[in-house]
Amino acid sequence: MTDAPHKMTARDVSVFYGEKQAVKNVSIDIDMDRVTAFIGPSGCGKSTFLRTLNRMNDTIGNARVEGQITLDGEDIYSSGMDVVQLRARVGMVFQKPNPFPKSIFENVAYGPRIHGLANSKADLEEIVARSLRRAGLWEEVKDRLNDSGTALSGGQQQRLCIARAIAVDPEVILMDEPASALDPIATAKIEELIHELRGRYAIVIVTHNMQQAARVSQRTAFFHLGNLVEYGDTDNIFTAPREERTKDYITGRYG
Amino acid sequence: MATGHEHTVKAFDQDISQLRALISQMGGLAEQAIHDAMKALSRGDTALAKEVRKKDKQIDAIEAELEKLIVRVIALRAPMADDLREVIAALKIAAVIERIGDYAKNIAKRVPMIHTEGEDRIEAISILPAMAQLASDMVHDVLDAFSARDAEAAARICERDNALDDFYDSIFRTLVTFMVENPRTVSQVAHLLFVAKNLERIGDHATNVAEMVYFAATGRYLADETATG
Repeated sequence: MTDAPHKMTARDVSVFYGEKQAVKNVSIDIDMDRVTAFIGPSGCGKSTFLRTLNRMNDTIGNARVEGQITLDGEDIYSSGMDVVQLRARVGMVFQKPNPFPKSIFENVAYGPRIHGLANSKADLEEIVARSLRRAGLWEEVKDRLNDSGTALSGGQQQRLCIARAIAVDPEVILMDEPASALDPIATAKIEELIHELRGRYAIVIVTHNMQQAARVSQRTAFFHLGNLVEYGDTDNIFTAPREERTKDYITGRYG
Repeated sequence: MATGHEHTVKAFDQDISQLRALISQMGGLAEQAIHDAMKALSRGDTALAKEVRKKDKQIDAIEAELEKLIVRVIALRAPMADDLREVIAALKIAAVIERIGDYAKNIAKRVPMIHTEGEDRIEAISILPAMAQLASDMVHDVLDAFSARDAEAAARICERDNALDDFYDSIFRTLVTFMVENPRTVSQVAHLLFVAKNLERIGDHATNVAEMVYFAATGRYLADETATG
């Protein structure tokens, strides 16, 4: 596909919650300029695996990760890795919009401020405006930046969370079911946004909505019982998957 | 290719079986139309020929029903992978069978022109039924291949199209020779040329259906497969 080095690579990654192995020896490459979708039934390990990509599993007490994950060739689980810095570079958007109970402006300004990305107030305002624009929310909120972020509609809140993730200038954005709590129109806006953000960031999205995976991604990975069953071009996965299990799942024959 | 696995949503399986049933019903009617048209032609049976033309409306009606069903399946079930390929193939196959029915109807339409009052029986007619048999066998077998999701059987049907083309070339030469020798029959035999051409086109359509069956079953294009290996 591309000769450029992979943005992120995972090699033989396993995740355990105590004794239970949730992800089994997964190896996968994540590339810039494209959206990678993770699909699979509930409990297949896709969200767990997604969270290993910015070490969100560190916050879960009994979770243990084996194998190697790199970002630009650097092992993100090495002792030298600054996890706060890592999560700025690999941002995350969750299923339920979770804006801070602060103003719209502060929601977006928070990250750049603590990461010292703005040298002046004007600088910060510029970052906030740019992030909101990229998240497709600027026109709707530019006149009420001091309103509370939680007063926005669900779809707007989710775009605010995307703006917040973008504000710290990440390289990779992980999205865990970013549209599953939204109505179809808000969902379409998120999908359009993903389309626009592609190229600027490597995007990985977990979704239960197969049509959504087919629409927004260029590569699709199908997970089942902790295994990565099939990983390939989205076009092929949804029209002519190689694996029987993939086919059964996407055609609704999964038992 | 059809996995024995059922869909979690049972109504989807019912839709798919109804779709298959309609295709095979439509195919059966088209096949019958070819047989009856040729029988009418051989015997000069204009009543049977008229019957064939009337029955073509049934084929058209099933095609319309299939189209409605398929639009509904796509809207309601959003089929994927082999389901999607099958539904799309069914839509295209329905259109092709409808065309095959039209060719049979066209043969039937020519019966009164070939068997005109007071004319002797045209000898040359006797060489057409064997070609018709070959063409209708292709239609029959390709629909069997569709029902069975049998990609290999579909591929073999494509190979038979060459035999039908050879048949057509040879009949063409025979009919032209016949016209030269029997100038009085030119107008009737010209109609027989169209009959032969119709049969040849039916074979082409059966080949198209075979390609669709192959794609529906495997997700690969037959042309690509034969080109590379």
